[in-house]
Amino acid sequence: MTQSNRLSGGQIDRNTTVNFRFDNRNYTAHPGDTLASALLANDVRLIGRSFKYHRPRGLLTAGSEEPNGIVELRSGNRQEPNTRATTTEMFDGLEAQSQNRWPSLKFDALGVNDLFSNFLSAGFYYKTFMWPAAFWEKIYEPIIRRAAGLGSLSMEADPDEYDKGFRHCDLLIIGAGPSGLMAALTAGRAGADVILADEDFRFGGRLNSETFSVGDQSGSDWAAQAVAELSSMPNVRLMARTTVIGAFDHGIYGAVERTGDHVATLPAGKPRQILWRIYTKKTLLCAGSTERPIAFENNDRPGIMMASALRTYANRFAVTASQRVAIFTNNDDGHRTAADLHAKGVHICAVVDVREDAPVNYDYEVLSGAQVVNTKGRLGLTFVEVALPDGSTRTLECGALGVSGGWNPNVHLTCHQRGRPVWNDDLAAFVPGSNLPVGLTVAGAANGVMSTQGALQSGAEAAAAALELSVAQPVLPEAEDTPIAQKPFWYVEGCKRAWLDQQNDVTVKDVKLSYQEGFRSVEHLKRYTTLGMATDQGKTSNISALAIMAEVAGKSIPETGTTIFRPPYTPVPISTFAGRMKGQEFHPTRLTPSHYWAKEKGAVFVEVGNWLRAQWFPLPGELHWRESVDREVRQTRASVGVCDCTTLGKIDVQGADAADFLNRVYANGFTKLPVGKTRYGLMLREDGMVMDDGTAARLAEDHFVVTTTTANAVNVYRHMEFVRQCLFPDMDVQLISTTESWAQYAVAGPNSRKLLQKIVDPEFDISNDAFPFMGCGNITVCDGLRARLFRISFSGELAFEIAVPSRYGDALMRRLMTEGEEFEVVPYGTEALGVMRIEKGHAAGNELNGTTTALNLGLGKMVSKKKDGIGSTLSEREALVEPDVLRLVGIKPVSPEEKVTAGGHLMNTTGPVDAAHDQGYVTSAAYSPILNSNIGLGLLQDGANRMGEKMRLVSPLTDLTVEVEIVSAHFVDPEGERLRA
Amino acid sequence: MHDLVAITALGGSEPQVDTVGGVTCREVPGAALASAAARMGQETKASKALAKLIGAPAPGIGQHAGDTVTAFWAGPDQWMIEAPFDTHEELTDQVKSALGDTASVTEQTDGWTRFDLNGDQIPAVLELLSMLDLRNIDAGSVARCSIHHIGCFVLCRSDEAFSIYGPRSSAGSLHHAIVTAMRSAL
Repeated sequence: MTQSNRLSGGQIDRNTTVNFRFDNRNYTAHPGDTLASALLANDVRLIGRSFKYHRPRGLLTAGSEEPNGIVELRSGNRQEPNTRATTTEMFDGLEAQSQNRWPSLKFDALGVNDLFSNFLSAGFYYKTFMWPAAFWEKIYEPIIRRAAGLGSLSMEADPDEYDKGFRHCDLLIIGAGPSGLMAALTAGRAGADVILADEDFRFGGRLNSETFSVGDQSGSDWAAQAVAELSSMPNVRLMARTTVIGAFDHGIYGAVERTGDHVATLPAGKPRQILWRIYTKKTLLCAGSTERPIAFENNDRPGIMMASALRTYANRFAVTASQRVAIFTNNDDGHRTAADLHAKGVHICAVVDVREDAPVNYDYEVLSGAQVVNTKGRLGLTFVEVALPDGSTRTLECGALGVSGGWNPNVHLTCHQRGRPVWNDDLAAFVPGSNLPVGLTVAGAANGVMSTQGALQSGAEAAAAALELSVAQPVLPEAEDTPIAQKPFWYVEGCKRAWLDQQNDVTVKDVKLSYQEGFRSVEHLKRYTTLGMATDQGKTSNISALAIMAEVAGKSIPETGTTIFRPPYTPVPISTFAGRMKGQEFHPTRLTPSHYWAKEKGAVFVEVGNWLRAQWFPLPGELHWRESVDREVRQTRASVGVCDCTTLGKIDVQGADAADFLNRVYANGFTKLPVGKTRYGLMLREDGMVMDDGTAARLAEDHFVVTTTTANAVNVYRHMEFVRQCLFPDMDVQLISTTESWAQYAVAGPNSRKLLQKIVDPEFDISNDAFPFMGCGNITVCDGLRARLFRISFSGELAFEIAVPSRYGDALMRRLMTEGEEFEVVPYGTEALGVMRIEKGHAAGNELNGTTTALNLGLGKMVSKKKDGIGSTLSEREALVEPDVLRLVGIKPVSPEEKVTAGGHLMNTTGPVDAAHDQGYVTSAAYSPILNSNIGLGLLQDGANRMGEKMRLVSPLTDLTVEVEIVSAHFVDPEGERLRA
Repeated sequence: MHDLVAITALGGSEPQVDTVGGVTCREVPGAALASAAARMGQETKASKALAKLIGAPAPGIGQHAGDTVTAFWAGPDQWMIEAPFDTHEELTDQVKSALGDTASVTEQTDGWTRFDLNGDQIPAVLELLSMLDLRNIDAGSVARCSIHHIGCFVLCRSDEAFSIYGPRSSAGSLHHAIVTAMRSAL
């Protein structure tokens, strides 16, 4: 199809023709076009269907405020719904589909809604779906869900990449129209670090849309020259295609740069969009203004557009929406459109001006004191009906009608921190108020300065003021400086179906109805009618609706109030907010030193916080995880097993007061711990609850190594730093994490010493006498590698933990496996570790759940009475020390094969099963291959005195009822003989 | 001499090298690190002893200094001391003997992994990774920052040479973040 509506001139590359598809038809366009201008060039006015009534809709605007021209872009997993044709940059191969229609755009079955508009008025869903209540879930909700929404999702993962980035500047200038460009030139020439961001792909703002001259150049040429000068400045960064979406605290602005939306295929690794966080010292908002419509009967037909948009299409894109155009205006700006289009050879049917004193023009007819009262045309405008001042009507045959109701400054970002705009009577519009975000000032049309000369001047002045420049004001080029007077004219009297919010189908009548029904607050009006709640956030409708509400309420507009503007300024894909943080990169992954070795062995990994830990090591032929885990437990208890426990937190504590410091942070005492010994320690929160447990090994008088649980490593370190810096700043203590520095392996089982003796250098005696239970020390292994050895046990077996610098961890694990062959050594994972600690009755994360005290865990005696430690006093609160408080017990089913479920609750063998009769709960459960029985640990009221008692373990959620026996939590080696062997 | 073979933080026997555009990212396992934190009341002495060790005044906030043995500021009266691993595997002992009882010294060599960036467009990469104000970073600067939720030190050795220290266990994630940003920006 030829581009039949193409005019002369414009800022497009006519030497290149590109192809695109809309609703499966091929069209041509030129680089520099938007999808919207390209469709108009090809005489396509019908672009979509409205949300509720499925009325045919075309373009209303030429910018990001567009409510109607929204389409689905691309296809397959790159399909993106609800994108604005007006901001979609043309490229070869662009694909777009209309949306919210079935089966086709020209014939939409749901257009039938329009016939029932009386039933679908404001708040219809609140009224219609009230009764019967039973219908809600099964009938109403599915129907509403099917009908709601505009575009459709592909339901596939987005294959594109998105980045986040951070930039800093002295001055961020938002908007590159005349005020923004002049501000950037002023600040840039003064040497300030400047970022100039504009949502458009071409800088210049309205200068590209107008025919005014700036100095002795056209506006667009002046803009291009300014951009060229700015590009040459190393202190100025130009960010085109970048929408500043929000003003946040401390001068931080969010901005979305569309780096890949204007190309058919992104090169590998390149992001589609970047979410920038811009840290500013000062910010200048030069966001311009948005033309506002006038509401009249059937004002939503394709072809009825903002007059300024018609001008943009003609001057910038060399396109007219039709060869026959009429204008409906209440101000002089509408006449500019008529003049510009006329100059380009478009037939102006008439300019309909509501003012009696409209300017006269001899090139085309001006109808003064007239109003548009209705329009015709099923899928696009064909006729406009005009009421003349003498009471007669006149019909104009035209394909496009430009509407101008005046201009609203774009104050949105000034309100992102709850600032309220103020009403300006001269402009009949809201302008920025005084309570702006700190560091933000406003210039140009966004500040109500509506002439080009005024914009240039205010941009230069505002930049100089923001940066406190003492330089002389630059000489400004001479430009249009027409005084602006805007007399409000919101809607044509007597209209019924006159559209305000065209995307959400809200009419003048709906606004009046909602007021009649008692919705007096603007916020209520908004929610009841859904006005301003669509993807365009009411940029072309909010003020008009407010004006109508003010009128029916008999109040002024400022008395009626405004709704609040919130980020983002324009819609942002969720993927852009996610950036790189998705899938496997959602959080960083931590790998243990033996990870690559474990992977070779086919280990099954489990996420523990950010760590990946080997859960078990399946051997060929093992079909179920339990087979692997049972084998690992049996073999460790029978001979020797090795487990990577690097993930446990390690904190180096040094200083003259190191022992005293630990005495404060641990509930039990540490000052008397001899050098070369390790002690189990219990850390309490201030409120007396157990925070974490671990060990502290004394390597020297003034040097300890503290271990924490994997899960609490960071929390404990943070807590200790808080204690050091804030509670005891006079103590000589230095802390640093060494978790990652050392690869640490638990070597457990009766043959663990024999295995270690093969690698520990012979000068270090690790016999039971020389290196007894809870011993520790610096040693060397494998002929000279520095290492640390701790004789501690989590499994209840004779066990050691050996640590070497992390880079040698992989080699040490391989060496232990080789040297251990004669003992049939096994590596064991976290599952076997868990089974063995349950068998031994060690409390772990499941028991240290934030609600337990030392007494609950059977560790009450560890809370020393001889010294003060954090949490010691509050752990003795009356309710925490009553005789029947929960105590840690072992739980064993009467029939060994019966299941024990963590989370199950303990009840008497008879009687009701309810919360009132609940006596405790199971915290950990496992199958013990040593006892050949399921076992568990749990917390039971007065548990220490109930050994041997039979109880019922119930889990109504899993429909489980098991008879269990309460036993000691120490199932294996209760006397601790093995670990001291 | 022991015969255990070290692996790099990325799990290889040789350090990984990636080049995109004009920037190269090198995994650097050949750095020894030790932390030193002045004992209470010994701050001045510790600082002087450190200056002697590195042959330059002890670096202040956000700075690094030194030649073969260098140090960078890590907190109030706390430094990280860097030296070539091949010649200074026992760096902790060397620092301890230099600083004596004026400071607590801890081995940090394998707590960290280092990636060196070399090239002329490093700021374009770093602005996708960290919120550092690169305008204020020049040769001799060091800054603590978060890169993709990983706590790191970024050292600027010259306009075209930066080092990033991150926790060793997250080397894979950090490397992925850096190389992805290089592919994105360059």
